[in-house]
Amino acid sequence: MLHTVNKSPFQNSALENCLRLARDGDVILLLEDGVYAAAVGTVKSSLIEQAVRRHAVYAIEADLKARGLDKLIKQVHIASYGDFVDLVEKHPVHAWL
Amino acid sequence: MAEKGKKVMVTVRKAPHGSIYVQESIEVMFIFATYEMDLSVVFLDDGVLALQAGQDTKDLGIKGFMASLGALVDWEVTKVYVDRQSLKDRGIPEDAIIAIGKDDDSGAPIRPTVLDSAEVAAMMTEQHSIVSF
Repeated sequence: MLHTVNKSPFQNSALENCLRLARDGDVILLLEDGVYAAAVGTVKSSLIEQAVRRHAVYAIEADLKARGLDKLIKQVHIASYGDFVDLVEKHPVHAWL
Repeated sequence: MAEKGKKVMVTVRKAPHGSIYVQESIEVMFIFATYEMDLSVVFLDDGVLALQAGQDTKDLGIKGFMASLGALVDWEVTKVYVDRQSLKDRGIPEDAIIAIGKDDDSGAPIRPTVLDSAEVAAMMTEQHSIVSF
């Protein structure tokens, strides 16, 4: 399954709730304000630092650039919109809005 | 009609590009400044993310508002503050936030003033009204 998270991890618990229910091997895609979770050195960095052990984690490049994020947790894959489409084709999607 | 010189505060607590809130807050800052109100602006919680350097919204197909934030001082929005704890929680160094204008004489960048939570709280109690985003 592909889980998408588009909310800031500082603003609500969407990412935490997602990670609690995601099963090993599920894919996590961060987009829009969700990409803040991929930044290093924040009070919420540990969520994704732990998640990468159980999941492939992607973050949309255009959203990272828009937010000035360049110091990322290194196991996070940077995804284009094309990659997003490929992931959606491959997996059933659960959007954690 | 807005009363000249009244103390008003705009608080910005939302992340910059996921919604229209920050864009709208800047419009309101400019309006208050135009009416010569005694305006303070505070960026806190996710609002501090709007001050992150190096934001480039080109690939999102939107203009963004970095130019507006960089010109706040030109619009006489000069009392601009940012909450220290919110920056720290989000891993943003205090000296890395964007400039909101330049000093007329020296040309040195002017950045928002970093405050502790207690200082922000004290400032809030002095306001006639607070407009939150």
